[in-house]
This record gives sequence, structure tokens and C-alpha cells, in this order.
Amino acid sequence: MLQEQIPDLAKCVEPDRVRREVYTDPAIFDLEMQRIHEKVWIYCGHETQIPKAGDYYALQIGRQPMLMVRGADGKVNVLYNRCPHRGNMMCGDRKGNAGEFFRCSYHAWTFQHDGRLRSIPMMESGYAGTRYGKDNPDCSMKRAARVENYRGFVFASLAADGPSLKEFLGKAIVAFDDMCDRAPDGEVEVVPNCFRVIQHSNWKIFLENQLDALHPSVTHQSTGRAAHEVEKDIAKRTKKGEAPLSYHMLSAFATLTIDKWDNFQTINYPYGHCVLTGYMGLRPQDPDTLAYDKIMIQKYGQKRFEEIVGVNIHHVLIYPGLSVQSPLQQLRAVRPLGVDRTLTEIWHFRLKGAPEAIYRRSLAYYNLVNSPATLINADDLENFWKCHQGLSSDGGDWVSFGRHLGRDLEKDGVVETAPNCGTSEAPMRNQMKAWAEYMRG
Amino acid sequence: MAKLKKALQKLVRRAAPAKKASLRKANGAGHHETQHAVEQFLYRQAELLDAKQWDGFIDLFAADGMYWMPPEPSHTHWDGMPAIFAEDKNLMTVRMKRLQHPDAWSQRPLWETNHVVSNIIVEKETGDEVQVRSRFHMMELRRDDVRHFAGSYRHTLKRTPAGFRIKLQRVDMTNAQAAYDYVIQAWV
Repeated sequence: MLQEQIPDLAKCVEPDRVRREVYTDPAIFDLEMQRIHEKVWIYCGHETQIPKAGDYYALQIGRQPMLMVRGADGKVNVLYNRCPHRGNMMCGDRKGNAGEFFRCSYHAWTFQHDGRLRSIPMMESGYAGTRYGKDNPDCSMKRAARVENYRGFVFASLAADGPSLKEFLGKAIVAFDDMCDRAPDGEVEVVPNCFRVIQHSNWKIFLENQLDALHPSVTHQSTGRAAHEVEKDIAKRTKKGEAPLSYHMLSAFATLTIDKWDNFQTINYPYGHCVLTGYMGLRPQDPDTLAYDKIMIQKYGQKRFEEIVGVNIHHVLIYPGLSVQSPLQQLRAVRPLGVDRTLTEIWHFRLKGAPEAIYRRSLAYYNLVNSPATLINADDLENFWKCHQGLSSDGGDWVSFGRHLGRDLEKDGVVETAPNCGTSEAPMRNQMKAWAEYMRG
Repeated sequence: MAKLKKALQKLVRRAAPAKKASLRKANGAGHHETQHAVEQFLYRQAELLDAKQWDGFIDLFAADGMYWMPPEPSHTHWDGMPAIFAEDKNLMTVRMKRLQHPDAWSQRPLWETNHVVSNIIVEKETGDEVQVRSRFHMMELRRDDVRHFAGSYRHTLKRTPAGFRIKLQRVDMTNAQAAYDYVIQAWV
């Protein structure tokens, strides 16, 4: 029924271009939610967001309002945020503690943290001889079909069938390994703050931008130049002759000329995932880094330490809803709100066992780049909005992804950009390939 | 009944006018001057923002001054904490230079603000320092979209020969935790 109203999807995606309706048609959006977001593994949150029994966080998977909740047994459950009685939303808050059990605010049905019905007021007199009661699963809060936790990162899938989380992530699992391995204790904990920013554009526009190596020196020229000027000025004024690393994180957007971005590489994996190799020069030899290196070598030994800090990653994209900057412990979860509205939930993590200075360095990046007053994303969001406006027009039918087409190196289903082709639009081609496969249903 | 009468008398005594000396102290000329000077300073600061006089705004801060907007009112310091803004004069200069750059794309569309500052209370005056709290309401127009930001300022001001300078401006936005429909571009 739904599919009859929308253009033939098989004709929407070609290897190097995509029909504009893919970004702007509300019917295609609904079908995407059904066939992609409400089926595949979607990031719910980190288990350290809900340390105590009853702690919960509300989140959206596709169009479904969900709850991630810690049970008394320590297990993390993911439930539909809905009372099975009359459909009332169970928790109206974004986060909180449910107490020993959930209690619906409408008729006081109560539920265990895993969703099982616990009690109904006057259950015996009210429901004797009916189909309603603890034995009927329809009287419990519905659970996500599958929930898995990888190194503290909780994912749920609303489909009973499909690849396991590890199969789904494949090599992109490096996002979490790289983040956790960089912690002397081998794990991370969430910094208890979530920045939430809404983009007035389709969710795919954001994901395509994440691994677009050509855009930084154009989009972020103003911030890069501004930071570079101040960086030079601080260097002149101070004895040590250098500005804090956070200035370099910003100025790199401008000091790297547009042609240099071809020196980087993207590695494109099945299911639309992708890695952009690093460029920020995060191995400085300052005392803070050296102190951290010492702790890491003590924990892991020289050889393993070299392996860990040698992982060359800037960004990992886990399609269709997660962008991870593992060396800086930043994570952005993408929640589509509508065909032209997308919420990003932005988190920062602390490397357990690492010195305070290392935490502060990545915190500076979180504040400067990812806060709601960001100096970087202001211009991204402006471009995303303009993209969506342009695609809504009849000024053209296609979005092109032709950069470095035909030069990618493909082996065993993994597409690597060729040397000096870092600005290739291979990541966009790879995402749309996965999109088309999912949408076939 | 007698009990009630006694209690009422006690209340009346409490509410009776204070002695003349403390009255003068509470409403004395010195206090008036400080209140007036602080108000004028805060109004000027708001005007500089609305006029996009970024360098003038930065000049109001002391050399070691900080502009800080915590994401939550419970935060007691900016150091080592997530922050919406935690900017010293160097970072403020980066923000200013970006705003002035011709390729700051998000600056191209019409973008105006209007600040109203009110409820200004001088909390404490010690030596050269004055602690002030106030409330603000800012309306922002960007293209055809209107947004409202409101909350409280806490200024730690230092008296200098050139007038007040800000050691710390803490901004607690009532809607700090709400999702942001587009980012904030300049200081609020």
C-alpha cells in the first residue's frame, strides 16, 4: 500500500547518483523507518548512563519511543515506552529512576524493570475470568526484540531476525574497541551530559557529511582561520611558544589546504559503515601525553601500547545512526524526527584510569565542536538546511556522488579509497548501496 | 486566643521599622551608586551584543575574565566540566573572528537579537569586587524563525580605573537542557 505511493525505489539509486525524493519524500521516510531504523541495530546508550536499578533513559528508535532501563538484576532492558492497558506513555521524562517498578500514571498498572506485569489494581475482582492477567504477554510492556551490549554500548533491534550485533558491526566495531582500548582500565564511562541539537534536514545528509573529507576546508574556513590567527598570537605571547591543543583541533580545518585532504582515506564496509582515517596529529609529546603513555605501557606492555595508540581513525560511521570519534571519545547518535528534522544526541566519554589532563583535552573538543554553541557545526547545519531546501525544489532530480568514481579499490566487499583519493565520495556511494539493499525489504 | 494575640504582637514587632542607622545602611547613597552603576553596565553589555559590537563586548572582560554557560544549574565550576560556553578572552576572540569572517556561512542570513536585562540585585560588595545577579530574556530572529532564551546572569565585577570589568559571567539558561533548534552563534 505504502510502496504504491512512492517512486520505484529501484530507479532511485544508481551507483553514482540518487534521486532527490530519497531525501524529501515523507512516504519514503516512513518506509525507511520501517525497513531500516526499526529493523537494524540502533544505539540506545551507554550502560553507565543508568548505573542504579530503576534508572532509565528515554530514546527513539525509528518512530518508536523506547526506554532503556536497568533492572534489579543489573541487566539493561529496552522496552517500548507504553503501558499495555490503554497505551499511555509510561515515562514522560527524558531520564529518571522508576523506583522498584514502573507504575502507569493513568490506572496504576505496575511492571517490573524488564516489562513484566507486576500488578493491576483490584486484579482479581476486575479481571477474573477474562483474558487479562500476568499469564498474558499482551499485558506486559513490550520489549525490544533483541538487545546486545558491546563493551558497555547498548544496542537494540526491533526485528527478531537479522545479523547479530557483532556481525552487523563487522570491522566498524573498531569504534568501540579503539575508544575502550585507549583507557588504561579497558573501559569508558559516560560524562553525564547530553547535548541535543536539531538539524532541519534529512538524517542522511548529516551521515553523508560525516565522512566528507572535502567539506571541512570549505565549510569550516571561518572557524579554522579565526582559530589559527589566535593560535599564532598565543604562541607569540607565551613563553612556551605554543597554544593549547584545542586551538590546533580547530585551526586544522583551515591550515590543511583543500588538496591535502586527498591524502586521507576512507574504508567502506558492508551495511554502509565507514571509517575515515585520522588527521589531527593526536600524538604530541607534551608532559600530559607522556604521563598517559607511561600508564598505558605499564598496563598493556610496549608492543600492545604501540598497537593501541597506532590505530589511525578520525571518525567511524555506523550506518544508519551513529557517528563515533573514538580517539577523542565523542559519540553522536542520530534520531530522525521527520523527513526534514533530525535530532543528534551528543555524548563524551572518560577513559577509565587515564590522567585528568587526557579527559580535559577531549572535553575541550566536546565543548568547542559539539556543544550547542559550537564554532564548527553552526556552518554544517546551515549547509544541511540549504541542502534540504535545494532538494525540495524542482531545480534538478539528482544528487551526485561521482567524485573519484571508478578509482576505489574493492576487495571482499570492502571498498578502500585509492591513494590520494581521500575526498572520494565512496562513503556516500557505500551508504546508498546499503540503503537500497535495506529498502528492497 | 491569648496565644494568637501574643504571636501577632511578636509578628508586628518584627515587621516594625528598623532603626534609622540600619535604614541608612540598607538604602544609603553608596549602595544607590553601586546599583545604578551596575545597572548601566549590564544594559551597556546587552546593547553591545544586540549591536554585534563583539570587540566592545570582549573588552568588558578582565584580562583573566571568563564567560561561562553551564548546561545545568547544579554545576559549581566550569573547570573540567561539560559547558555550553567556557570561554576566556582568547576563545572569545576566536568566536569573534569567526563571526566577522566573510565565509561564516551561518552568518549570512538575517540574524538579529534583542536582550532585556532586569531584576538586577547587588548581592555582595567586597573590596574591589561586586557580585550581581540579574535575569535576562533574549529574542533571536534568524531568517523567519524566532527563538527565545531566558535565564539568569551572575556577574563577578571588578572595579578598575576604566570602570567595571567582568571576572566571571555565569549564564544559567532556563532552556539550557532543551533540544536546540539550531546552535547558538554568539554570547547570550
